[in-house]
Amino acid sequence: MEMPTPDAAILSRKSKIVELLRAALPKAAVIHDEAEVRAYECDALTAYRCPPLAVVLPATTEEVATALRICHAEGVPVVPRGSGTSLAGGALPTADSVILGVARMNKVLETDYDNRFIRVQTGRTNLSVTGAVEQEDFFYAPDPSSQLACAIAGNIAMNSGGAHCLKYGVTTNNLLGVTMVTMAGEVLEIGGAHLDAGGYDLLGVICGSEGQLGVVTEATLRILRKPEGARPVLIGFDSNEVAGACVSDIIKAGVLPVAIEFMDRPCIEATEAFAKAGYPMCEALLIVEVEGSAAEIDAQLGLIAGIARRHDPVELREAQSEDEAKRIWLGRKSAFGAMGQINDYMCLDGTIPVSALPYVLKRIGEMSKEYGLGVANVFHAGDGNMHPLILFDANKPGDLELCEAFGADILKLCVEVGGCLTGEHGVGIEKRDLMETQFAPADLEAQMRVKDVFDPAWLLNPAKVFPLSVSRERRERQVAA
Amino acid sequence: MSSPATESELSEMLAGAKGPLRVVGGGTRPVGRPVAGEVLSVAGLSGIELYEPGALTIVAKAGTPLAEVEAALAAEGQRLPFEPMDHRALLGTTGAPTIGGVVAANVSGPRRIQAGACRDSLIGVRFVDGSGAIVKNGGRVMKNVTGYDLVKLMAGSWGTLGVLTEVAFKVLPAPEAAATLSLAGLSELQAVEAMAVALGSPFEVTGAAHLPEEGRTLLRIEGFATSVAYRAGRLADLMAPFGGVEVEEGAEAVARRWQALRDVEAFAGQAGDVWRISVKPTDGPGIAARIGGRVMFDWGGGLIWALVPEGTDLRARLGAFAGHATLLRAAPETRGRIAPFQPEPAPLAAIAAELKRRFDPRGILNPGLMAA
Repeated sequence: MEMPTPDAAILSRKSKIVELLRAALPKAAVIHDEAEVRAYECDALTAYRCPPLAVVLPATTEEVATALRICHAEGVPVVPRGSGTSLAGGALPTADSVILGVARMNKVLETDYDNRFIRVQTGRTNLSVTGAVEQEDFFYAPDPSSQLACAIAGNIAMNSGGAHCLKYGVTTNNLLGVTMVTMAGEVLEIGGAHLDAGGYDLLGVICGSEGQLGVVTEATLRILRKPEGARPVLIGFDSNEVAGACVSDIIKAGVLPVAIEFMDRPCIEATEAFAKAGYPMCEALLIVEVEGSAAEIDAQLGLIAGIARRHDPVELREAQSEDEAKRIWLGRKSAFGAMGQINDYMCLDGTIPVSALPYVLKRIGEMSKEYGLGVANVFHAGDGNMHPLILFDANKPGDLELCEAFGADILKLCVEVGGCLTGEHGVGIEKRDLMETQFAPADLEAQMRVKDVFDPAWLLNPAKVFPLSVSRERRERQVAA
Repeated sequence: MSSPATESELSEMLAGAKGPLRVVGGGTRPVGRPVAGEVLSVAGLSGIELYEPGALTIVAKAGTPLAEVEAALAAEGQRLPFEPMDHRALLGTTGAPTIGGVVAANVSGPRRIQAGACRDSLIGVRFVDGSGAIVKNGGRVMKNVTGYDLVKLMAGSWGTLGVLTEVAFKVLPAPEAAATLSLAGLSELQAVEAMAVALGSPFEVTGAAHLPEEGRTLLRIEGFATSVAYRAGRLADLMAPFGGVEVEEGAEAVARRWQALRDVEAFAGQAGDVWRISVKPTDGPGIAARIGGRVMFDWGGGLIWALVPEGTDLRARLGAFAGHATLLRAAPETRGRIAPFQPEPAPLAAIAAELKRRFDPRGILNPGLMAA
């Protein structure tokens, strides 16, 4: 993974930069000791590491603005960081950058059930947003798998999704407003508790911009009333194709489940050995969850079971109790942990049109043989967001490189069939160099123009999203300036 | 007037344009500051490119009549979730609304509170920018975070950043049944309170409106027939403290009522200017009291439609408030004098102007329509 050469002039001014930050911010907010900054050298994409110049952990929007103004004046790159759970290297530092972490900013600022929103500081974790409103039976819908740890700031940066977005949408569909500080240190208020933008939809472009347009410090989020109940059904099939056809038929029948999850045989076997959820041994398994009152759930599951039976399932298991429902989800929720027990793995995140599912799974199987690396598939089938897990041995020389090449081939396949490189994890550095497979030069140029507007000096979250060759001219212009 | 037949023709035309252009789809939404320029019609870029009911996705060229898109979806028991308003009656226009026009204006209807706006269902765009460059963003899949989201930026940008050539949507199943619950005689404050209770219930209300002139507060439930019956019953119980509830279940009558609301038919053909104001729902009654004209409320109280005497500068009357007010219908002279779109705080206005300058360096696309 190529990274830009650190700016020697910045490295040589480290002590001055640290002094400026320490003079303007509370003492505990600035970390510069080499051993201490090492804790920030990577996020959840642990294959890449680089300790930053310094780390700033502000407590308020004003402190964020102060830190950014100093870095802007000194020409120091800034890497915004939430909880550091990015799987795409979205918060990977460079040696000449300052990490700006919002983890200490975790307050609830306002809760309004009449208008159905909550305003929080963005260091707050995803799950604790729901935690703040569940006593009134409300919840915050986007539910990434890392929700226990991940911060709303990172959710906004990556436009995070989750298992339930088939019905509730992703972060961008549940974000009403932000307080954002630009690289120049200007505090912007965008959107709010009302709906839609009065002018250009800046909120829409900020969400998913991977921390490259500004640092979001506060967010107004839509909260929803919890449904009366929810219940999953587990359906096993003897082929991936049949499972894929069943997904399509469920959707066509007019039922909108909140989640349709898919696991293939390698994934089923691994999770069963690990979690012992009592899954049937079959080629493909669907978990379909519906919501509503008991009678509404019965009716929807009846319809789904009817559709599934036309596809000769090897197993059709409706949860009859809360405990059974938990067991059905147990395997799916522990899939990644289970794979981790067996092996090192790399988790991908492409999206494909649902209709291409059988073909893509067949091709992944063929490629798995070509590369000599195993793959387990687990994904959100309702919206085509795949998470192939490629198994490799980190201690075997060359295995990681082989795995990365295989992963790139899978993602290219996703693009070929009409899908995209990343459905919910973001581009970061992980998919940066594949961007040209999905976008023509004019497409990337249009995106970079937006960055030019918000961050003309190109200091925010360097070396992410855009291939270095594509952004080179802009970056060099800034260094020259 | 020019009317390119292909995207590449449009690209050449824009690259070689000598002066300002007024971009139109079906020409049914003459909103914003009047634009002086040659008419550029995208009606020639028409047709559904791809429709996969099993994947809930449809892709169409921007000039495709909305009716054609809706008919194709209806044939498969699906629909656009966001219930786009038809502006013809209110604005006194003719012609056929296009799917590109719906996106350019980010047009939604009563269901916006539950299903999101047009921009929330929009998953991909192709457009030609002011320099003639062809740009694509998003795609045909629902889960997509690859690169910056220019799809949202294009939605509601009224053709000022680029001319849309193709749009892709996530669609949803059309429900089997629907019901309207109607409460009578509530004050605006009581109505907003009742709607907040309804929208905060687990019964999935897909419309919540209050019509002061009719003295009616309306709630909509949609879904499978048995489920609608059950939820309408539960919701009626929940609404009991606010007075008697009437339930209307005839599919035709329910559809007709919400269409009239969606299209603000009450103000069609009535003298005066029409403003559209978006605020936090509980702020609705207070804002309405400051308007002093005829009003109706949608989105649980958060969307106010106001009919005021011609030439009224409503923003001056409202003073500072959290939200935005759009002058939707007025004489061209009025729309030239009073900013049709809510003026933004200086830093945001500067960002908007910079975006406009970079996507349309010569300022040829609908110049002045949104911001002077």
